[in-house]
Amino acid sequence: MIKLLPRYILSFVLLVFLQVFILNNIQFSGYINPYIYILFILILPFETPKWLLLVLAFILGITIDLFSGTLGMHSSATVIMAFVRPYVLKVISPRDGYESETLPQLRYYGVNWFLKYSVILVFIHHLFLFYIEVFRFSHFFTTFVRVILSSIFTILLVLISQYFYRKDTRRY
Amino acid sequence: MRSLLNFLLRIHFLLLFILIEVFSITLLVNNNNFHRARFVNFTRQLAGNLYDKTSSFKQYLSLAEENKRLAEENNRLLNIIESTYKSDEIFFRSVNDTIYNQRYRYTRARIINNSINKKHNFLTLNKGSLQGLRPEMAVVSEGSIVGVIKGVSKNYATVISLLNLDLRISSKVKKNGYFGSLNWTGEDYQTATLHEIPLHADIQLGDTIITSGFSSIFPEGIMIGFIQDFEEKSGSFYEIEVKLSTDFKKLNNVNVIGNLLQTEQIELEKEAVKND
Repeated sequence: MIKLLPRYILSFVLLVFLQVFILNNIQFSGYINPYIYILFILILPFETPKWLLLVLAFILGITIDLFSGTLGMHSSATVIMAFVRPYVLKVISPRDGYESETLPQLRYYGVNWFLKYSVILVFIHHLFLFYIEVFRFSHFFTTFVRVILSSIFTILLVLISQYFYRKDTRRY
Repeated sequence: MRSLLNFLLRIHFLLLFILIEVFSITLLVNNNNFHRARFVNFTRQLAGNLYDKTSSFKQYLSLAEENKRLAEENNRLLNIIESTYKSDEIFFRSVNDTIYNQRYRYTRARIINNSINKKHNFLTLNKGSLQGLRPEMAVVSEGSIVGVIKGVSKNYATVISLLNLDLRISSKVKKNGYFGSLNWTGEDYQTATLHEIPLHADIQLGDTIITSGFSSIFPEGIMIGFIQDFEEKSGSFYEIEVKLSTDFKKLNNVNVIGNLLQTEQIELEKEAVKND
């Protein structure tokens, strides 16, 4: 478990950097804002204590918030996402449960499982984030379209990121 | 006691979640101007709605009395008009004084923070109250519109960008003076929508849209953009798509326009509404 720590710290810094300095400046036609940083919560180990999950999600969210000047917006969305993560994992668990020594990543449980897992969580996160940004229901459908399009993009980025891991870390 | 502790331990995840979530939302509401305004607005609206309902019911009860009062007042006013027609002759003398007639004052400022990809965009300027900036001043760039100052600190000012769903600008078609209100579509940073132009107005693609000068903030004739497209909206108005002449992506230096007579105008207008 402790061996993973440097890797997660590195991915935290890398994801925040990527989000704040590159993705936050990208904008396709006003509808698509991908938020890749939530990958960090997706790939935390299965055994992570639930309270730690919430705390980490909050730290991640507030870091992004500090950089983009929207205190509380991202953190509330990431905390919700971290809250539902254990339940989602339980619902979509494979028939014989999760093996120990594995992580919730594509290379352990396949594209099918990983897609299901990330789509649910990314969608929940984006849904909450975009509605709290607009803070009203009068633009319901435009916001919904933004949620869908941005989710698709984020999921695409999340999937791509899964092919970046070195093959030799199959068992750590 | 023991079982209470056990119970708390069992639901610690939910409790922690609620705690952090409430904390986040408190942060959100307290630190973001827009969200705070929305929150206060929401509660105010809720209360206002209730008051509205009760008061409309009460009004209904006193309708007869109200009618009588109105009739009496009508009578009185008619009398007054007649008498003024006959006796009063008042002329206004206009004085052309170059010192006291100055109406707008310009200040140069630089943009130090800008965004265009949110639904409620704000800009930050490098000047503030020490340099004479006040809320409700107009911000323009090379003669075309940028936004309105929302708040100032000693050395900085935040500006509601035109690219903000909450900002509405009173504007008109330059060639014939038909006016309406313009706000951002919320999608593309180069287009806004102009509403309330009547169908009989003669408009064509490429016509210039400028500020009307009816609000106390913007002087007349500040450039907004050109007509890109228009369509008939149900009812009797056009909905006009305006291509903005300001390029919000490369804004750098701006002029801040202070209306020296703003307080006077607003006070007068308020008085007029009160006397109504």
